[in-house]
Amino acid sequence: MDVRPSRPPADDWAVLDPQGIDRLIGALGRRGYRTLGPVVRDGAITLAEIAGVADLPAGWRDAQDPGRYRLERTESPAFFAWAVGPHSAKAQVLPPRDRVWRASAGAGGVEIAEAGVDAPPTALVGIRPCDVAGLGVLDRVLGAAGAADPAYLRRRAQTFVVVAECGSPAATCFCTSMGTGPDARSGFDLALTELVDGGGHRFLSRSATGAGAALLRAVGGASATTIDRRSRDGVLGDAAARIRRRLDRDGLPALLERNLEHPRWDEVADRCLACGNCTMVCPTCFCTSVEDTTDLTGASQRERRWASCYEVGHSYIHGGPVRPSTRARYRQWLTHKLGTWHDQFGESGCVGCGRCVTWCPVGIDLCEEVDAIRRADGATAARPAPGGS
Amino acid sequence: MARPATPPAEATPARRALTPSRYRLVGRRRETDDTFTLRLTPIDQPLAAARPGQFHMLTAFGIGEAAISVSGLASPAVDHTVRAVGAVTRALCGLPIGGVVGVRGPFGTHWATEELDGSDVVVIAGGIGLAPLREAVRALIAREGGGGGRLSVVVGARAPDQLLYEEDLWRWREAGAHVRATVDSAPPGWTGAVGLVTTLLDAVPFDPARAAALVCGPEVMIRVVAAALVDRGVAASAIRVSLERNMQCGGGLCGHCQLGPLLLCRDGPVVPYGGRVARLLQERER
Repeated sequence: MDVRPSRPPADDWAVLDPQGIDRLIGALGRRGYRTLGPVVRDGAITLAEIAGVADLPAGWRDAQDPGRYRLERTESPAFFAWAVGPHSAKAQVLPPRDRVWRASAGAGGVEIAEAGVDAPPTALVGIRPCDVAGLGVLDRVLGAAGAADPAYLRRRAQTFVVVAECGSPAATCFCTSMGTGPDARSGFDLALTELVDGGGHRFLSRSATGAGAALLRAVGGASATTIDRRSRDGVLGDAAARIRRRLDRDGLPALLERNLEHPRWDEVADRCLACGNCTMVCPTCFCTSVEDTTDLTGASQRERRWASCYEVGHSYIHGGPVRPSTRARYRQWLTHKLGTWHDQFGESGCVGCGRCVTWCPVGIDLCEEVDAIRRADGATAARPAPGGS
Repeated sequence: MARPATPPAEATPARRALTPSRYRLVGRRRETDDTFTLRLTPIDQPLAAARPGQFHMLTAFGIGEAAISVSGLASPAVDHTVRAVGAVTRALCGLPIGGVVGVRGPFGTHWATEELDGSDVVVIAGGIGLAPLREAVRALIAREGGGGGRLSVVVGARAPDQLLYEEDLWRWREAGAHVRATVDSAPPGWTGAVGLVTTLLDAVPFDPARAAALVCGPEVMIRVVAAALVDRGVAASAIRVSLERNMQCGGGLCGHCQLGPLLLCRDGPVVPYGGRVARLLQERER
């Protein structure tokens, strides 16, 4: 596997110091962006509004393992010495709860008013390359030409992305297997690479869009030297080398499709709590449900909310859920994410951020589940023939 | 493998608004003890005309939304046959005449009966599965004479009083179709067949080499019928089945209607039985 970072052409590179990042955040605010970035909240790095670098999580790093996430103090002045927190960018383009319409009962019957889309210009500062890739996956699902969700498109068009390339992967990360990191390749307006070395604390910066270039010019900054660019190569190369977790993608959709009766599904179902955490933290899990509510005036409204394929009711049709067992629901999630997503949207639904591994309360690791199926390819669990009760 | 080809040649308009159009309930006909055919006419700009086999999302305001197949097309009026089994379907069936229903759609693939000229067509329905097939049968009846193929309609129900559209069954028989009905259990006086719809297949006149089948009903019935048709020599690719999953958005955005690689609101509900679908139906999702 090629773990060298991609190296874009050198023209547009600038170097910002921490004050430059402060000016960048300020400039986004002055341009009307609601600016979100990483902040420490409730013992985790979360995505929230920031006003300047003072809000960034300097001096913190994260320690992640299957079922475990902890923040730890570090002596480094770095703003981005952590990997990923529980929040991906998903909630910014697909809100966890969103009103679709309201209907009032009037004299002539029912009057329906489509809900407006609350989509302020939003800058996401310091999200990781895996999460930028996650936005790209959502674009193919919710923004496909002719099949798009208009509310998603509105919010997505209002999103300005400042990606922070990743020099500090966690033990649960596997972006190198998915081709989504630790360097950023596309899908951003501005990319930053944080460098902390003999050259000082600085950020190698480059733009990929006109808006990004204009912002970088407005913020100013020194020209990047060859040494700065070599430092970036070093940081990203080291990060890639530190990522030990692998998802073996060789023939993966076909492997899963021919192993739907593998005994491993029973084994993982014994551990899985069907809590849905993996789907909530996943940057690409896009399922939603609609809920209608009513009030005393006779008015009603419909909301769309995040849903999870781990909910029993997710597959409900008259007569009961199609997937009543945890085995069936875990299998649906994994085979969709890594297999049938390819049929539906032409790529994998996984970007290798590792959140589902970290935030699983019992530490189920999808890479390990895939390996277990691959090791006993073709094994089948003893169970009654289809069609039985 | 790419997504399995679906019968209609034209693409389903992938997503229609998530906000319903208003339709008025202008007629309600009781079909069985719990099943009603509701006739709706547009209050707002009419939606695009549905094709036989497609479905609408019907909203009972303040209660919720359900996916209901189109069972009759009398443009701009549209009929839906609804079994009152849940909160939404009970509210729809209980709405007073003149009441307002929200309608979105039409969604999904259709039976593509226009491709069946010259084929011996076998239509097999279980229970309310006849509803999405009714307009397909009407189209095939209209084809008779010009089409050159034979038409058979095999209907199964739990009991004689659960049979849908009895007048239509007689009318179709008079028009030359081979129509048979069977029930799971019969009271005294029932002179028709008792048993699964598959028991009637041997008596149905068709040439397997030029046969096509349209099948809708409970999934277990679809599985058994499709297998029996294949045993009789019908090509799996000539068997079209209508499948059901939880539907919420209708446009492939909400993820609820997945069956393996299929998003059934978009790639279905009508899909060819051949290839991957046959295998999917053999897998236990439970």
